[in-house]
This record gives sequence, C-alpha cells and structure tokens, in this order.
Amino acid sequence: MPAGTLYRGREGMWSWVAHRVTGVLIFFFLFVHVLDTALVRVSPEAYDDVVATYKTPIVALLEYGLVAAILFHALNGLRVIAVDFWSKGPRYQKQMLWTVMAIWFVLMVGALYPVLGHAVRALFGS
Amino acid sequence: MSTETTSAAVGPVEGVTLYDAGNPAPLIEPPRKRTGKTPRSTRGNFEMAAWLFMRLSGVVLVVLVLGHLLLQLVLDGGVSKIGFAFVAGRWASPFWQVWDLLMLWLAMLHGANGLRTVVNDYAERPNTRLWLKGLLYTATVFTILLGTLVIFTFDPNIR
Ligand code: HEM
Ligand code: HEM
Repeated sequence: MPAGTLYRGREGMWSWVAHRVTGVLIFFFLFVHVLDTALVRVSPEAYDDVVATYKTPIVALLEYGLVAAILFHALNGLRVIAVDFWSKGPRYQKQMLWTVMAIWFVLMVGALYPVLGHAVRALFGS
Repeated sequence: MSTETTSAAVGPVEGVTLYDAGNPAPLIEPPRKRTGKTPRSTRGNFEMAAWLFMRLSGVVLVVLVLGHLLLQLVLDGGVSKIGFAFVAGRWASPFWQVWDLLMLWLAMLHGANGLRTVVNDYAERPNTRLWLKGLLYTATVFTILLGTLVIFTFDPNIR
C-alpha cells in the first residue's frame, strides 16, 4: 500500500470494497427489475416475453452472479452490524469474515443446481 | 554497559523527563471533549438516523430478499415457473403484496442511501455531486412510485 492513504489493505479493506461493489450492483439490478415487473401492467404477453429471456443459459449465469453478490452483501452486512453493535465485534472481525466466506461458499454450492440446473439441461439435452 | 541494558527497556525518549512539578507538561485536550463550541446535543442528526436505518433495514432485508430469492429461483422449479400467471397467483394474497411492498421500499431506500454515501465519497466537484444526487433521487422516487403502483393496481384479468 502506498504511504499517505487511508486504504490499509488486508481483510478489512477488501471486504469493504466488495460490500460497496455488490451494493451498487444490486441497486442497479433492482432498478431494472422493477421496470421489467411493471410489464405485468402492459400485457401478459409483454411480461412473459421478457421473462422468457431470463430462462436462457446466459442469463442463468448472470442470476448465479446476482445470487453471489446478494449473499455476500447480506452476510457481510450482518458482520458489519455485529462489528458495530457487539462489544467484541471489532476484535473478531477477521474471524467473522472467514465465517461469512465459509457460509457464502456452502450456499453458493447449494445454489448451483437450483439456479444453473435448467441451463445445463437446456444446453446438453435433458 | 549495565546502564545501557537497563535503559534500553525504557527507550531513549521516555528515559528522559522533560517535565517536573515546577515545569508541568502541557495539557492535551482529549479528542472529542465537549467544549463551549460543541452543540448542546450531538444526537438526533440526519446522518445518524441514516446510519441506523442502514443497519435496521439490512436486518429486515436479509429475510425479505433471501426469502424472495428462495421463492423465485429455488423452490417449485426455479425461474422456469415464472410468468404472468405465477405473478397473478402471488399477488392474489395480501401477504405477498405486503412482502413485496416492504421489500421494494426498504431495498430502494437502503440502496439509495448507500449510493448517496458512494457519491459523497468519490464525486469531488460540487456540480458533479449535485447532478449525480439529483439523478439518484429522481430514479429512486420514480422506481418506488412505479413499483408501488404496479402492486396496488395489478389486474389478473387485464386481458
Ligand atoms: C434473479 C432473481 C430474481 C427473480 C427471478 C425475481 C422474480 C420476481 C418476480 C417474479 C416478481 C413478481 C412478484 C412476485 O412474484 O412476488 C418480483 C418482484 C419483485 N422483486 Fe424480484 N426477483 C429476483 C431478485 C430480486 C432481488 C435481488 C430483489 C431485491 C433487491 C428483488 C426485489 C423485488 C421487488 C421489490 C419486487 C416487487 C416489484 C414491484 O413492486 O413492482 N427481486 N421478482
Ligand atoms: C440483504 C440484506 C442486506 C444487508 C444485511 C445489508 C447491510 C448493509 C449495511 C450494514 C450497510 C452499511 C455499511 C457501512 O455503513 O459501512 C450497507 C451498505 C450498502 N448497501 Fe446493503 N444490505 C442489504 C441489502 C442491500 C440491497 C438489496 C441493496 C441494493 C438495493 C444494498 C445496497 C447497499 C449499498 C449501495 C450500500 C453502501 C455501501 C458503501 O457505502 O460502501 N444493500 N448494507
């Protein structure tokens, strides 16, 4: 790290960077998501046409990425809250980050089949 | 040699006393001490409310958003089941209407406030800040109003 900067590197800074990047990504997604849901007020066909693109393999991959971003932001957000409100939080922030990453990993493995299974079947036949 | 080993534990600076009873060390004021210039109440300002809101809404959003993802992407066939008929089935129930409404408002306000922080951090010129925040607030109000309208005016027999 260069001298004269507040950025200290290590777990604390990188988890903050990731929290910020995922938060901004989710916000942009939500903006588009409310627009596409609003199509239910246009016509059932308009809505179903757009949702059909969400079932394609490439978008399934994007959905997996969205799940990854949300799970990290949610779990790390709880860690930030624990650091702020739990008296021992700051002392265990590093251990809590690795706990977050472990839970995140397990949930991401669990999401593989539900989120990507249909894409694999579409690509390689049932 | 013996003087060196004993004083090494103290260190060269601490080892010498510059002050004594007749020449006391200057008093350094503690960093956040209340002074005459401190406002009587340093609580109850907008930034503290925003900070608290980020944490409270975050806890609620964990349930709302992760529950939403589980319902939409995992249970009952995942994305494949989603369509107009599915949405009509969900919004026939006031429970899911309230769920989606709460999720919409909390996530949008939480995200908008988070983005306000990001703009404050990176946009340095007053004009850039003004424009980015104007855009952010416009998009936020628009999205919240549109989403609310869609939930309240949803019509399963539109066609
Ligand atoms: C790829 C993953 C997602 C899918 C497939 C999905 C699907 C849907 C569907 C089908 C609806 C219609 C109403 C309902 O069935 O409850 C809906 C509404 C909604 N979703 Fe999602 N969703 C996803 C991710 C998210 C995320 C991550 C958020 C929050 C950050 C979110 C927030 C909302 C909100 C606020 C509404 C209500 C929209 C309105 O008021 O018009 N969704 N979503
Ligand atoms: C799922 C549950 C969520 C939890 C537990 C959570 C928690 C948090 C917390 C505690 C903060 C404050 C961080 C700090 O002050 O350093 C934060 C910031 C933020 N959140 Fe969330 N959040 C959640 C969902 C969301 C959603 C759905 C969005 C987008 C719509 C979002 C966007 C943001 C943004 C943009 C920031 C600002 C990041 C920064 O200043 O670096 N969050 N979140």
